Amino acid sequence: MSSHDTHDHAAHDHGTIRSYVTGFVLAVILTVIPFYVVMTGGLPSRDLTVFVVLATATVQIVVHMYYFLHMKPGTEGGWSMISLIFTLIILGIMLAGSVWVMYHLNANMMPMQPDM
Amino acid sequence: MTDDVRSFHADEEPHHPEGHSTMLGFWIYLMSDCLIFAVLFAVYAVLGRSYAGGPGPRELFDLSLVAVNTSMLLLSSITYGFAMLEMARDRVKPMVVWLIITGLFGAVFLGIEIYEFNHLIHEGAGPQSSAFLSSFFALVGTHGLHVTFGILWLITLLVQVGRFGLTDFNKRRLMCLSLFWHFLDVIWIGVFTFVYLMGLI
Repeated sequence: MSSHDTHDHAAHDHGTIRSYVTGFVLAVILTVIPFYVVMTGGLPSRDLTVFVVLATATVQIVVHMYYFLHMKPGTEGGWSMISLIFTLIILGIMLAGSVWVMYHLNANMMPMQPDM
Repeated sequence: MTDDVRSFHADEEPHHPEGHSTMLGFWIYLMSDCLIFAVLFAVYAVLGRSYAGGPGPRELFDLSLVAVNTSMLLLSSITYGFAMLEMARDRVKPMVVWLIITGLFGAVFLGIEIYEFNHLIHEGAGPQSSAFLSSFFALVGTHGLHVTFGILWLITLLVQVGRFGLTDFNKRRLMCLSLFWHFLDVIWIGVFTFVYLMGLI
């Protein structure tokens, strides 16, 4: 039983200096890029700017999950990953659904101000 | 029959030492917290362009301040990581030092955020001025409130470690706070991306 306990304790990954520093450097790069792009007035195309900002944010979230939260498929026998995926699905449905429904609700209302 | 039952229990119980499932339970709490933030992000996505004739992000947000805030939170994330590495090696003093540095970075983050909120309210852009500002204060304020409680929790654990040492209980608590702290940094990525950067593109 004690072997089980020690194995269990080792399962909580604390990472290494190397992994934390790698994560930190990646996070800094992925933060500086969108801030630099937006603060210098954006790229020539607005869509491209939006894409760069969203893409770096997505990658940075994955970096944080992996290097800081030690999120790996095997953590807690896979249950952490399953609950994360479940949350992401709910989150996607809810965010996309709210924006979609409310956009159409707004579009079908009487126009209030001509400026928007 | 009774013999069977007894042996069944004797076999099973050691598989579940105390605190065995705490980390998973705390992770599931964080996922539910994630949903709270998702709701607030959805509200901001819906209301974020309703300025009610008042000021919008372009007039209100100061990106350099947000950049400083972001770096504070990021630095506090890595210093917490260093504290966890010291904890894994049972070195209490360096761990406490890293935790205090983490708490200071968190406090600076909060200070800048309170300064920003105060500044906005004095400019007449308080939470009651428009739907955009209501949802902005609700979202960013909830994150700030989480950081506040994170700092209170950190102070509590520093007192605990000071009094009782690095016991298994305290290690588990510090690991939970570690998840909480890094999780708040992940939420902040969403905040600076969707609220500040997207607002200014």
